[in-house]
Order: sequence, then C-alpha cells, then structure tokens
Amino acid sequence: MSKVPATLFDKVWDSHVVRKIQDGPDVFFIDRHFIHEVTSPVAFLGLENRGLKVMFSERTFATADHNTPTINQHLPVQDPLSANQLKALETNSAKYGISHWGLGNPKNGIVHVVGPENGITLPGMTIVCGDSHTSTHGAFGAIAFGIGTSEVEMVLSSQCIMQPKPKKMRINVNGQLGKGVTPKDVTLYIISRLTTAGATGYFVEYAGEVFRNMSMEGRMTVCNMSIEMGARGGMIAPDETTFAYIKGREKAPKGEAWDKALAYWKTLKTDEGAAFDAEFTYDAADIEPMITYGTNPGMGMGITRHIPLAAEAGGSKSSYEKSLDYMGFHENDSMLGKKVDYVFIGSCTNGRIEDFRAFASIIKGRKKADHVTAWIVPGSHIVEQQIKDEGILDILTEAGFQLRQPGCSACLAMNDDKIPAGKYAVSTSNRNFEGRQGPGARTMLASPLVAAAAAVTGVVTDPRELIA
Amino acid sequence: MAYDKFTILKSSAVPLPIENVDTDQIIPARFLKATERKGFGDNLFRDWRYNPDNSPKQDFVLNNPIYSGKILVAGKNFGSGSSREHAAWAIYDYGFRCVVSSFFADIFKGNSLNIGILPVQVSPAFLDKIFTAIEADPKAEIVVDLPAQTITIAATGEQESFDINSYKKHNLTNGFDDIDYLQAMKGEIAEFASKSMY
Repeated sequence: MSKVPATLFDKVWDSHVVRKIQDGPDVFFIDRHFIHEVTSPVAFLGLENRGLKVMFSERTFATADHNTPTINQHLPVQDPLSANQLKALETNSAKYGISHWGLGNPKNGIVHVVGPENGITLPGMTIVCGDSHTSTHGAFGAIAFGIGTSEVEMVLSSQCIMQPKPKKMRINVNGQLGKGVTPKDVTLYIISRLTTAGATGYFVEYAGEVFRNMSMEGRMTVCNMSIEMGARGGMIAPDETTFAYIKGREKAPKGEAWDKALAYWKTLKTDEGAAFDAEFTYDAADIEPMITYGTNPGMGMGITRHIPLAAEAGGSKSSYEKSLDYMGFHENDSMLGKKVDYVFIGSCTNGRIEDFRAFASIIKGRKKADHVTAWIVPGSHIVEQQIKDEGILDILTEAGFQLRQPGCSACLAMNDDKIPAGKYAVSTSNRNFEGRQGPGARTMLASPLVAAAAAVTGVVTDPRELIA
Repeated sequence: MAYDKFTILKSSAVPLPIENVDTDQIIPARFLKATERKGFGDNLFRDWRYNPDNSPKQDFVLNNPIYSGKILVAGKNFGSGSSREHAAWAIYDYGFRCVVSSFFADIFKGNSLNIGILPVQVSPAFLDKIFTAIEADPKAEIVVDLPAQTITIAATGEQESFDINSYKKHNLTNGFDDIDYLQAMKGEIAEFASKSMY
C-alpha cells in the first residue's frame, strides 16, 4: 500500500505529537525554546508559584535583545525597568541552568539572528519563542512560531504546548526577480495581496523558483514576516543552500552526527500530490521594490505607484481613513519624493549581513543626506564583526553614517531608539503599526535598498535609479 | 495562572468599531517592562486613550462614561501583530472578560483562552447588529452563554452561536489551564523526548 503524500509541514508536525486529544489540541513537543527578557519573567514567576522546575534546560536558550541599548553597551543600562528585566533573565537563567547570552557576551544579539548563526536552528525542528517573529526559523524547514507567556511557562515546565494543528497553505513565486527587488519586497508584495489576516489559521510553505534561488538570509526575511499576514509561521524545504549555511556552525552536528542528520533533512520536502487547504501563485516579474503607506504591513505597494483610493483598498472606509490620517498621507498620493527624517536598518527581519551588504552597495561613493538620522543596527555581534571585516564599516563611515551595537532597537522602540512623534521613518523592520517605533512615529516599511536610497537622497526614492 | 471560571456573562458592552486593531495599540511596547503580571489595565489602549501629557482623550470610547461593561466589541482582525500576552492581560486587568469580533488573530485568540478571556467570533452581519444595538442603547445587554455557545442581544433576542474547541471550553468553564494537564503527563513526555532526534 502506498503512503499518503505528505507536506513538509505534516512531516515535521506529525513527528512531534506526543498525544492527540479528542476534539482538542495536540500535545506538541518542542525541540528548541528561545527566551528573551520581555516575555519570560512572568513565566518564571508562574513556575515558582507552582513549585515547578524547567524540564529540559539544555533545550532552552536565553538572549537579551528587546530592551538593550545600541550605544555604550559596556555601561549599566540606564532605564531601571529595562535593567530589571535584563537582570531577571540573567538570574532566572542561572537559577535553572539555561544558557544565557546577555549584554557583553560575544554571541549576544537578536534571538532570531543568533539562533541560526550559531547552528541552534536546524531543519525538522520545532522551535518556539515568546515573540511572533519566531516564524523566521522556518527558513530552515523547521516549524517555528511565536507563543504567549502562558505557553512559555508550559514549555519551560513540560517542553510541550497544547496546539491545534493549523491548516496548510502553499505560496509559489516563480520566475526571476527584477533589478533592485529583494526578498523583503517579495514578502511585502505577498502580504499586500493577502492582507494582514489573509493567512490566519494557516501555516505557509513557500515554494517555487524564487525561494529556491534565495539565500538563507533572504529566506529568513520572508519567513520572518509570515506572521504579518496572520500565518502562524512559514517554512521552506531545506536544500543544499540550507545545508551549506549550517555546516560548520558552532552547535551544528558534526562528523557522523552530521551524516545522519543530513540523510534525515533530505527527506524534508512536500511529496508530489500532497494536499494544501489553500494555494496562491505569483509571478516574480510582477514584483517591484515595495513600500508601505499605511499602518499595517498589508498596506504596501510598488514604490512607483500611488496610494490606493479608499474604495479600492477593501475593508472599512473609516479604518482606512484613520490610517492615512495617522500617516499624514492622502489617497492617490505618490510615495516617491516624500521627505524622510529617519532611516532604520536592522531588526530580526533585515539585520543580517546580506542586508548590510545591500545597503552599502547603494551608499558606496555617496553621502548621507544632511537632514536624515540613520540608525544602522546589526542583528548580532557576529554580524557586527562581518560588517567590519568586509569593509562595509569603512563605506558607511565615509558616507557619514555611524554603526550602532546589536539589538532590536527601533523596530519596537523598547530601548531609547524611538522615532519622534510626527517624523517619517523608512524602516527595514517588520511593522508599521501606529506608535510602533515610538509614540506618533510614522513608519514606511521597505527593503535595505530602499532604505539606502532614502538615506542618501533624503526622500523616498526608487533604488533602481541608484543602481549602476 | 488561575482565572475566574467563565460560564454565562450578561453585561453591557464597549464598542470599538475599528479593523485590524494590533497588539501594539492594545498595549504599546514601552509598557511591557514589568516582571510581574499586574497593572497592565492602566495602559490598555494607552496612545488612543491618553494625550502625550497623560490627559484623557475625550473622543476615545474608554473615556466615555456612557459605555461600560465586561464585553469589548471590536472590528475584524482583532489582536494582530505581536505575540505579547500582555495585550490579553491588559484587557483582563481592565475588567473585560469577553472580546467579540468577526475575526481574531491566532496568537491573540490563544493567549486570551489561556488567561480566561473568551474570544467570541461572530459573523460580520451579527457584529453590525451588536454595534447597532449599542448605538441605540449604550447600556444594551449582551448575553454570552459559554455552555450553550450562544451570544444574544437581550433587547431584540437576536442570537448567534459560536465555535469553541471542546477542550478549551472545558478549561474555561472550570478555571483549569494547560499546565495542569501537561504536568499530569510528564512521564509520557520524557519518554517521547528520549527518542527525539535532537
């Protein structure tokens, strides 16, 4: 009897179900649990109140990122509340024997950057973290998704969560990406088509030529933003690109263990004829450099287009008008030429070395626009070192930019890096919600190339005009 | 974390007819710095509720004394964005026990159920009926019956049924949580882990 064709998602999910509950969720086993300072303290308090222990401390990894300053990291953290959360992470990690990469540790950085670059994230794993952008790790063919603090407590105490199996969606993008079109543009394009709720209830597999040709950094950018269309997560089947990225990283399998792992990883793909609950297919040629004009990541468009009319935008007219009013934009405006006050490159979406290479490719030989404040924030110390080693820092310095230290920074503005009220930022991060980058801040999401073009011209600019 | 059992809730409701309300609006990131779960209700909808000088914005619904109750009624795709459970904590701490919308984001829905808030997903047409009823009478009573899985507008008798996973329903009606369940099967989990590839 032949086996029923299974999807990549089915293969990984089904092999992690400890128990199926009749008419209820699955008891789902978690291979790796990342924790950070913001969503873990109440979970540890819960453990203490119940008298519970951490069941598998070696499967748990802690890093400080959301609250950390991006300058003077050698000094004590000024904000007492932030300092208190960072201290709590350190204390809890020590108490329960959890590996902790705090401020000053050479491996410190954003959780979704340091997991992959240290070989902690591997194909076929299940990975959770109290952070919605955990979907990033799906780039490796892992099932990875964000959880709430109650679930952080569950995973600490039992290494499991109770989770109904999501439905399955496949998104295919075929063809070749045009000049100046990056993985960030691919994901902003998909979200603009599907809306921020379009994939709610689904787990997405990205398939097709565009993803097969994409680097691991690019795949991480795409999977990172799966949550922005409502999906629980996104994943891409592991291939030679994946294996080459993992090989030799500190915690990756070595020797015989590598051979055994590789043989398993090669089985992790969707079988011919496997069924999805929904499927969408797009043509790479239709994707331009993208920019958002509104207050959710679905409100994006090709950079040369005009802001849609309320009647064309879908959804309620009053919510649409509220959004444009917040941004100080109008229906039918062109985004090109709009003044930019701040540029932010960094975050778990675009804080990897490839992003800084792209940024520098446009900056090289040009100068920063005088009125623009640019925050250039690597995703980790390893990325920071690469920026220095590859000569990117020299290019940035010559153009009048400064490099900051790693952390989540202005992506969610929990530290001091806040865009002032009313100011416009082109940001390579993942969210343009009201106040996301500081109270009253106005965020336009875009790729590192669009960010670079804005940083040197001081206005929203099509990066294709600056590419030789 | 223990919470109040949820069975039948009769209450007036607070209307928030805005779509795509993300968790950054429910509680902005700068208020996530506590290491204990308390006081989050004070900052619920902080930037919609208060001016930068901390004076209340008169046009925001939570500052309008004609509206009150334990039910929040919101536009579609409520709770999108960040996984911060603090958003659900803030709603609970403020005094809401139920959020009604025509669509919820996944993680928010899960977080709510885990801490004792019932998310009730209704049809867009029924959501409009609720908004209309509240517009006609700000004290209009809404009845959310979890055992029967129905939501009713008391004044008109209009009713709709809603879905909930039977396991989650059992937990909410009894005040149980998943950690109790998982602790009871740790032997099975340990055995599973011993066979894990990683």
